[in-house]
Amino acid sequence: MTTGTGDGLVWLDTPAFPEAARTALADTQLRGNLRRATGTIRDKRLAVTGELADWEQLRAAGAALKRRTLRHLDCYLVELEESVTRAGGTVHWAADADQANRIVTELVRAAGADEVVKVKSMATQEIGLNEALAEAGIAAYETDLAELIVQLGGDRPSHILVPAIHRNRGEIQGIFRREMAAWGRPAPEGLTDEPRALAEAARLHLREKFLRARVAVSGANFAIAGTGTVGVVESEGNGRMCLTLPQTLITVMGIEKVLPAWSDLEVFLQLLPRSSTGERMNPYTSTWTGRTPGDGPQDFHLVLLDNGRTATLADTVGRQALACIRCSACLNVCPVYERTGGHAYGSVYPGPIGAVLTPQLAGVDKAPSLPFASTLCGACYDACPVKINIPEVLAHLRAEVVESKRRSHRAPTPEALVMRAAAAALATPRRLSAAQRSARLGSHLLARKGRIGRLPGPLRAWSDSRDSPQPPAETFHAWWRRTHPGETRSGESR
Amino acid sequence: MNARDTVLGRIRAALADVPADEAPQDVPVARDYLADHAGADPTGLFADRVADYRAEVVRTAPADAKQAVAEALRRRGVRSLVVPPGFPEEFLPDDGPWQRLGDDPQLTVAELDAADGVLTTAAVGIAVTGTIVLDTGPGQGRRALTLLPDYHLCVVREEQIVGDVPEALAALDPARPLTFVSGPSATSDIELDRVEGVHGPRTLVVVLVGAEPVV
Ligand code: SF4
Repeated sequence: MTTGTGDGLVWLDTPAFPEAARTALADTQLRGNLRRATGTIRDKRLAVTGELADWEQLRAAGAALKRRTLRHLDCYLVELEESVTRAGGTVHWAADADQANRIVTELVRAAGADEVVKVKSMATQEIGLNEALAEAGIAAYETDLAELIVQLGGDRPSHILVPAIHRNRGEIQGIFRREMAAWGRPAPEGLTDEPRALAEAARLHLREKFLRARVAVSGANFAIAGTGTVGVVESEGNGRMCLTLPQTLITVMGIEKVLPAWSDLEVFLQLLPRSSTGERMNPYTSTWTGRTPGDGPQDFHLVLLDNGRTATLADTVGRQALACIRCSACLNVCPVYERTGGHAYGSVYPGPIGAVLTPQLAGVDKAPSLPFASTLCGACYDACPVKINIPEVLAHLRAEVVESKRRSHRAPTPEALVMRAAAAALATPRRLSAAQRSARLGSHLLARKGRIGRLPGPLRAWSDSRDSPQPPAETFHAWWRRTHPGETRSGESR
Repeated sequence: MNARDTVLGRIRAALADVPADEAPQDVPVARDYLADHAGADPTGLFADRVADYRAEVVRTAPADAKQAVAEALRRRGVRSLVVPPGFPEEFLPDDGPWQRLGDDPQLTVAELDAADGVLTTAAVGIAVTGTIVLDTGPGQGRRALTLLPDYHLCVVREEQIVGDVPEALAALDPARPLTFVSGPSATSDIELDRVEGVHGPRTLVVVLVGAEPVV
């Protein structure tokens, strides 16, 4: 169940990060899936970014363009509104999740529909749109394969790019066999666990929904202020289906996704696919400007969503998190993510970017353990195509958590203790200690230490062990033995 | 106060640290990245990179283009073929064992879904990324035409190939609906195991018309 600001951003039934991480660490299947998956995608990313001699210049340009946009966000949004309107679209503004959900619900009703097809949109997950539509009697069908797996499994996404990364082929086969019939076309007889067969089952299951859909709800990877052009970057073609076949298209976009000029895309269309899927270009990118007579939706609505973004913008250190292009590179290089998976973060936005974005969007008191869900090793900063200094923002937010706890006079001791346990759990084995020995990461640690120093009060023990380039004394194995007396770690492969 | 004023007001308050006289252009953006990574033979690179996505690439001289298109369609066993308005006669096989479907008047979604394949041109080809860009111009048709049939044969002329993404964007008109296609549709959502072919055409064939490659 989700509550709070009426949104699905923070899952309040999820325990604080250290507890959730402990559960995840005990799941050897999950950890095996994650290790394989993130390892594969890391290698692909390095291969295609290594092809470009000017990768660093592209990153710098991406970061600078985002900085320019964020510092003048009001002007660009007003310009975007004008361009979209001129091209025949309608722009709506939503200050929070409830407003956005209400706007979308009313638009779907006005179109006379009781179902919508959806293409992967983190913003609509953040606001809990599917739940809001369900309450209004409108069925929302996720069409991205991974989102479909998550939806049919009654599950939650655990990765930005591959939301069902925590599921292996056997589990997906089971979910499809069990659940597809209740949602529409059942899984084919004798469905195997071959990825090709599973993809085919999804194709058949969703086809009828695409062909009859009258309304689609999408997210957006970018919108160009100067031209009013909106874009979706995808792989499967489900995006194209949603953007092309229905009569009505409703796009929900965070206000930070605007870009100044069409030509600025030359930077992001090079940065995003390479950082995200490790491809030179993703299979499909669609762009559209308002509506086009005789082609695609004749009714286009763009919902501009705040929902905590302006609060994030107000923090001059934390603001840089709004530059995120949701490539997920930081997840794939993160030693903590690799070991805990995405669910432990208890948020639509997992991994390093989630650890800085969630507390800022929802308020640090809603997710006080997340800024500590990191070893501050700096790998995320190195991988980020728009150079978001995630360790810097984490350190900044840690200080804020301490301050907010001090203000509320709550004794921080119990949480500090849990965090200490998690510190040991997350710190080792091998992989992380190897990372911490690497000279490159070491230099990040030194630079950072000069800036932030130690955290005050009861969190000092945590920050000391986190900031130290030395692996903590207690290994994962030792921690496990100490905290799980009598259990053997069968199946634990490394 | 309406939501628009609320959001814009919050943004302006949040940006109190930005000097009032700072213009967007005052925030520096260094454009010292390369305009092009393609090298000396963009056409050859384009062919390689398209093939890298497991799309089929057929290189042909202009005089043989029609023949190459016909052979590809026969190999596939296409029986019903969507040909958008404005498709150039010079690349259109005179006859074959397929029924030709124009899109005038517009085909229904069901008709498109039932068609075996679609034959189009493209607006631009991008060498470095192996991308074809469709802009719904003559010979390309509206977007649904290249989406629903399971087989897409796209004819690209050598002179349409640009080196890299910046040049492509400069050549395109964002006012038109654009589709950047890099290989057949694909997913890596199951254990990051790449599977070609989900919702978009599962087979992409690019017939590249130009001077024969020097071997
Ligand atoms: S923070 Fe950077 S690396 Fe992480 S998802 Fe966002 S853009 Fe990608």
